Amino acid sequence: MNNSLVTLIGRAMFGPAPLDHTDQAAAIAVACAVVLFAIAVPFASIVTWVERRVWARIQSRVGPNRVGPNGFLQWLADGVKHVCKEDVIPEEADAPLFKLAPYLVVLAFILPWAVMPFSSMLILADLNIGILYMTAITALTVVGVLMAGWSSNNKWSLIGGIRSAAQIISYEIPAGLSIFPAVLMTGTLSMQGLIRAQKWEPYHWFIFANPFCFVAAIILFVSTLAENNRTPFDLPEAESELVAGFATEYSSMRYLFFFMAEWGNMFIAAAILVTLYLGGWQIPRFNWSPALMNLLQFICFLVKVLVLVFVSMWIRGTLPRVRIDQMMSICWKYFVPIGFINMIGTAIWVAFFPHGSRLMEMAMFALALAIVAAFAWRVAYFTRRSRMELYFHPTI
Amino acid sequence: MYADYGVPLALVIIGLLFMAAMMGLQKLLAPTNPFRRKLMPYECGEPPTGSAWINFNVRFYLIALVFVIFEVEVAFIYPVATVYLDWIRRGQRWFALSELLIFLFILFVGLVYVWVKRDLEWIKRIPDQDSVN
Repeated sequence: MNNSLVTLIGRAMFGPAPLDHTDQAAAIAVACAVVLFAIAVPFASIVTWVERRVWARIQSRVGPNRVGPNGFLQWLADGVKHVCKEDVIPEEADAPLFKLAPYLVVLAFILPWAVMPFSSMLILADLNIGILYMTAITALTVVGVLMAGWSSNNKWSLIGGIRSAAQIISYEIPAGLSIFPAVLMTGTLSMQGLIRAQKWEPYHWFIFANPFCFVAAIILFVSTLAENNRTPFDLPEAESELVAGFATEYSSMRYLFFFMAEWGNMFIAAAILVTLYLGGWQIPRFNWSPALMNLLQFICFLVKVLVLVFVSMWIRGTLPRVRIDQMMSICWKYFVPIGFINMIGTAIWVAFFPHGSRLMEMAMFALALAIVAAFAWRVAYFTRRSRMELYFHPTI
Repeated sequence: MYADYGVPLALVIIGLLFMAAMMGLQKLLAPTNPFRRKLMPYECGEPPTGSAWINFNVRFYLIALVFVIFEVEVAFIYPVATVYLDWIRRGQRWFALSELLIFLFILFVGLVYVWVKRDLEWIKRIPDQDSVN
């Protein structure tokens, strides 16, 4: 319980003396409520508005801009609308399972916040099985989705639910294999331990530690896209084929729960990647103000996560959907073998360079910079060649 | 140490309370006016034909079986990966490396077997049928 949000809130509530059991339980409850209602739920709600605005910019549309300044309160309006809608449960549906499914999906979204490392202090519980807990809990989604698809007694829901289950469980394997390179290099499963093994300089992040980690981080990112049913892997909710996939028969609050969990899982997936490979909350150390340092660490973590969330929105606005056989062959014929190679390569690398290699870190960092520069140059070149005028006004 | 595991429990309780509160609010505010046609399963506006609980593609079962095998083995790698660095630091480099490689080799043979059996292909062609055609 040292150095966690729970201790911090316990001290604020009951003073510096060691807490007895009831006080500690109260501190845990308050800390959990703070994380849920100050970070998790607002993120999952507001990101819907951000995502719709970002797509609108990508597709040269305006997007929601009526409710509040620049449409900012759209998420609140959507919430109110869902609360005021009738909750329709189809007559022939399996009612108990139908009602239970959204709860499981939301629990799979709520539980990972227990080990979310916001800063060196701000973490609910630094479990020593952190990353294993994270992967285990996020896999609970598949049970809820399958349950929703089956219990609706609707053909679209059934196809959507089964597709979603197949997709999520398939991409668990490459995601799991891509976690191991970071674990092999640190020898711990704790989220804070994984972050503490990295440093704030970008070339000390694990993504640049060796070429295998670089590939593993990319595979992990693509796999989390698939696990969250995001484009180009959004087959379970393919609007043009399956109406709304497993959520076809859902309405009102239950529908809202499904989509809150889905958008919130974007944060969790990005946070896993940031923790394992992108240096987490690491910033330059200074000692004169722990509160300010934690705030800056929190901002650093949040910025990294939000950049990844933006990239996934960007991909959703850009790429077309893959076919189901393509999706399966990407997973089993490319990602799983490459995941094995990454793991073996990292194991050999760790055996011969247990403390890492400065030269390789620098080389990988330079390679990453070169890739980003080449990408930016390509975009600039093709924009100029197509004589397209970029009109960029962020507030419209 | 074990008090840390109170946090997931607290999150479950708070999450369930939150959802129950939202459902209660919905019960208070939302109308309820169910009738026969509203409660029919949605099938693009047509009256649905038959039950939706039908047999579906057997590929999904095969994918699930392959998944179970690999996921269990991934779960077995977690402890090995966690102690791997300790072994290296204690100078047992070749022992640690060969142990990990043997385990991964067995896993990889499993993947190759499934691949050669064509169970990773979405549309499986059975050779006999092809020769008949």
